[in-house]
Amino acid sequence: MSAASQEFLRKAVVKSSDLEHRAIIQRGMASYDAAVAKGKLRFANWEAARTRCAEIKAEGIANLGKYLTEFEQHILDRGGHVHWAENAEQANNYVVELARSRNVKTVVKSKSMVTEEIHLSAALEKIGITVWETDLGEFIVQLRNEPPYHIVTPAMHLSRRQIADLFREKLGENVEDADPARLVAAARVSLRRAFFSAEMGISGANFLVADSGMVAISTNEGNGRLTTTIPPIHVVVTGIEKVIPRLSDLATLWPVLATSGTGQPITTYSTLIRGARVAGEPDGPEEFHVVLVDNGRTWLLANPETEEVLKCIRCGACLNICPIFRQVGGHTYGTIYPGPIGSIYTPRTAGLSEWGHLSYACSLCTACKGVCPVKIDLPKQLLLSRRDFIAAGNVKPAERAGFAGFRWAVASARRFRLMGWMARKAMAVVKALGFSGGALDPMRMWTQYRTPMTVPKQSFRAWWRENGRR
Amino acid sequence: MNRKVALFVPCFVDQMLPQVAIDTLTVLRRIGCEVVFPEDQTCCGQPGFNTGHWEAAAPCAERFVRVFSAYECIVCPSGSCTSMVRKHYPELLASSALRDEAAAVGQRVFEFSEFLVRVAGVTDVGAQFPHRVSYHPSCHATRELSIYEEPMKLLRAVQGIDLRPLPNEGECCGFGGMFSMKFGMISAAMGDTKATNLEQAGAEYVTTIDPSCLMHLDGVFGATRRKLKTIYLAGILATGERRAVDARVSP
Repeated sequence: MSAASQEFLRKAVVKSSDLEHRAIIQRGMASYDAAVAKGKLRFANWEAARTRCAEIKAEGIANLGKYLTEFEQHILDRGGHVHWAENAEQANNYVVELARSRNVKTVVKSKSMVTEEIHLSAALEKIGITVWETDLGEFIVQLRNEPPYHIVTPAMHLSRRQIADLFREKLGENVEDADPARLVAAARVSLRRAFFSAEMGISGANFLVADSGMVAISTNEGNGRLTTTIPPIHVVVTGIEKVIPRLSDLATLWPVLATSGTGQPITTYSTLIRGARVAGEPDGPEEFHVVLVDNGRTWLLANPETEEVLKCIRCGACLNICPIFRQVGGHTYGTIYPGPIGSIYTPRTAGLSEWGHLSYACSLCTACKGVCPVKIDLPKQLLLSRRDFIAAGNVKPAERAGFAGFRWAVASARRFRLMGWMARKAMAVVKALGFSGGALDPMRMWTQYRTPMTVPKQSFRAWWRENGRR
Repeated sequence: MNRKVALFVPCFVDQMLPQVAIDTLTVLRRIGCEVVFPEDQTCCGQPGFNTGHWEAAAPCAERFVRVFSAYECIVCPSGSCTSMVRKHYPELLASSALRDEAAAVGQRVFEFSEFLVRVAGVTDVGAQFPHRVSYHPSCHATRELSIYEEPMKLLRAVQGIDLRPLPNEGECCGFGGMFSMKFGMISAAMGDTKATNLEQAGAEYVTTIDPSCLMHLDGVFGATRRKLKTIYLAGILATGERRAVDARVSP
């Protein structure tokens, strides 16, 4: 069993029985569910909108090279810089070198999962740069020295009380009543100072528009616009799969992303950026850089079976609906992207043998498939990961033997009847001896958490022979 | 009437929950079906398929196709196993010589409530069940086979039943096959969440069209000392006097 797998099991035991955690998540998800249900009603045809988004993203992925170079050319034409990074190291090196050469001391960041993925903040901090997360949720988890709990709502696992305590301890701000407006005001005091002292702003991108060479960013707090306009250097760090063909595609993608993410008709701020400040403009950065990150994405692209995973627009809907996520929460996975999409993405990009267990941490309930706004067949992807995991030899000897035995038993009705009879006898003995759930119970994986099953005296097929035929 | 039906009894139902199959048989006979149980059947292969052991699942699937290819109408007391055959065989057997045969058999396999309502056109089988019951829409039946109204229609027609709406009904109960053992702690927590919702609904019984959910929930109810009880849909439908209702299948 891999180290990551053991760690997952250890954390899962803790979180599954943490009723306080369950209550916080259930409360958060209930309000999300209600908002999304209402949000979908704003669409004349939600299913048609999903289909359209899936088509747009698929078109972008199928012509990735063409659209990325088209996007790049527009940026270069306007004097911007584009850097293609094959992996996390290349992406980080570019940003670190840029910061070093411009003598940057302070960086403000708006929310970006790709920068989490490549651990950019750590790379910048290593050369003495102060990095401020300016999305409120990200700011909170940064103060706690934690990774984001959720890709859209990084601090959803925390109560207002916990945030008030954190602010008192870390910022010296006393918000006794944990009033949300006062908590936000307290964070703003620190963040405003950061915005006006930073020499570099780093943002992600929700979409890269090929035909017009623009970066589209959806945010709710306004921190995105401050990050991308106040500091003299703006760096966009983004995955290559974010590219879409046309500006007009945003007319569908923006509202669908917002509705799937939070239930909003559209996020509070929908920003389009095309480069540095030009003559006559009152504000904006002097330098504009885009870092296009691959970091395993072309592996997904190279395999026709996994290509569709690149359609993901990181809305978080599959996390929110996932009953496993709702029990164990975002930190248990030990990955940047948790929930169904993370359990597909991580094993495929970071290694099946280390992360393959995540493809099994799913009851195959298929709820995620129904909510994905770009129609990724997530359950199928998990099944394919499992198939490849086993085919690559990642199987415990006991499980291999179990399935070999099973295969042998079910290849003949006579053997199946006999093995079934023996298994039922064994279960009855274990139960009668009071061994259920203990070390001597072969079914302890089941009985550890459940009362043992009532063992029937005869199988249906035995009953059928005696009573069924007529 | 003499519609001939072949029973497809999931392996765990055969071995651990024979009453589920007996009740299914009782109801099918009550509405006038002639029921046979092909004794050569074993397992549809879902355990292997879902855990990535496709090499173990494929022979199961091929065996299933051979055993059932002779039958025109196949009825199964499980949404999940029905879905395995109908939705997943084409992929599992994509390179098998039995591929086309598998696709054809898949179209002739019906989940029990689906058969009653959509194929046989029956909603009232003359059952009586004077209890508070919540329906748990099992995942594969609901989302892969779009079966929801069928069991609800059958339940609404049961005399004396007090059907209670279940909060957050579409959330998985936590069974998930091998998931229930590989990640027992998460599975049990999901079952506990389902149990809490059932209590909130005021249900005495939870019913569904997937006995595997009930097998798991029953164990969770026991381990968490709850009074809730489980009953498979056919268990409810097989109860009561045989009222003189029009519950015969038209030919």
